[in-house]
Amino acid sequence: MTGAVPNAPQPRFAPGSRIRVKDDRPEHLVRIHIRTPHYVRGRSGTVQRVLGAFPNPEALAFNRPAEPRVLYHVLFDQPPVWDEGQAGDTLLIELFEHWLEPEEA
Amino acid sequence: MSTPYKAPSAENIALLEKLVAALKRRGIVTEEEIARRRETAERASPETGARMVARAWTDPAFRELLLRDGTAAAESFGVSMKGNPPLGVLEDTAEVHHLVVCTLCSCYPRAVIGYPPHWYKSAAYRARAVREPRAVLAEWGTVLPAGVQVRVVDSTADYRWMVLPLRPEGTEGWSEERLASLVTRDHLVGVALPGATAGAAAAA
Repeated sequence: MTGAVPNAPQPRFAPGSRIRVKDDRPEHLVRIHIRTPHYVRGRSGTVQRVLGAFPNPEALAFNRPAEPRVLYHVLFDQPPVWDEGQAGDTLLIELFEHWLEPEEA
Repeated sequence: MSTPYKAPSAENIALLEKLVAALKRRGIVTEEEIARRRETAERASPETGARMVARAWTDPAFRELLLRDGTAAAESFGVSMKGNPPLGVLEDTAEVHHLVVCTLCSCYPRAVIGYPPHWYKSAAYRARAVREPRAVLAEWGTVLPAGVQVRVVDSTADYRWMVLPLRPEGTEGWSEERLASLVTRDHLVGVALPGATAGAAAAA
């Protein structure tokens, strides 16, 4: 139950940037509270909006020092994620910056 | 699609009482704070969200504020947002309809809609809304006009999301109060559309 933190780090991605969500499974290695759904890991999307910076929930949930991380609203096309749905349908998901990389990388 | 409600066990209640007693002993919470929090939680209801929607339909400046800073818009309705996550509001258009789900847990804009219904927290809704939103909408009796795209909003992190639905046709000249009476919790989550599916919210 925390609000956006002041003195937020500069966002790495601007609205309109194409990104890819890291295809990572850190929960297999350490105790961590992850807010990145499995179904979107490894998928490409478009940054819609910068939502501010929030304490990193992955550390906060275990009472470890939680660095502020920039949170984005990212838009994905629905059909390639689930192989269902209609063309034009989309998914809008809040994702933290350390889960995102430029699409071409 | 709802999950039957299970009352907390005696062990769970005893555990909660011990936890609260320990927090009070250490000065982390007081009885007054708990009472105040409980009062706020019980006062929260979808009527607040409905009034905000009706205001946005009739007042362009408020609509602009609601979409830019939902938290400030809620506070202007007397909702105390201190200690609450920021509120984000997503506007339906003639091209896009929003449906809110929290696949990871049950994030919900409680400050302006109150407690989530049991179906919102059910594994079935959480799994299906994101995967086959059109089938879920159809089961609610919600018919989207042809060509409208579905945008599923997975509430995964620090915001809480509410939908600003389209104002129904045939409501020209209505007062804000009368407009607010059209809007229910289901419209604010996006499983139904105001004015379009009267009496279809049987799954609640």
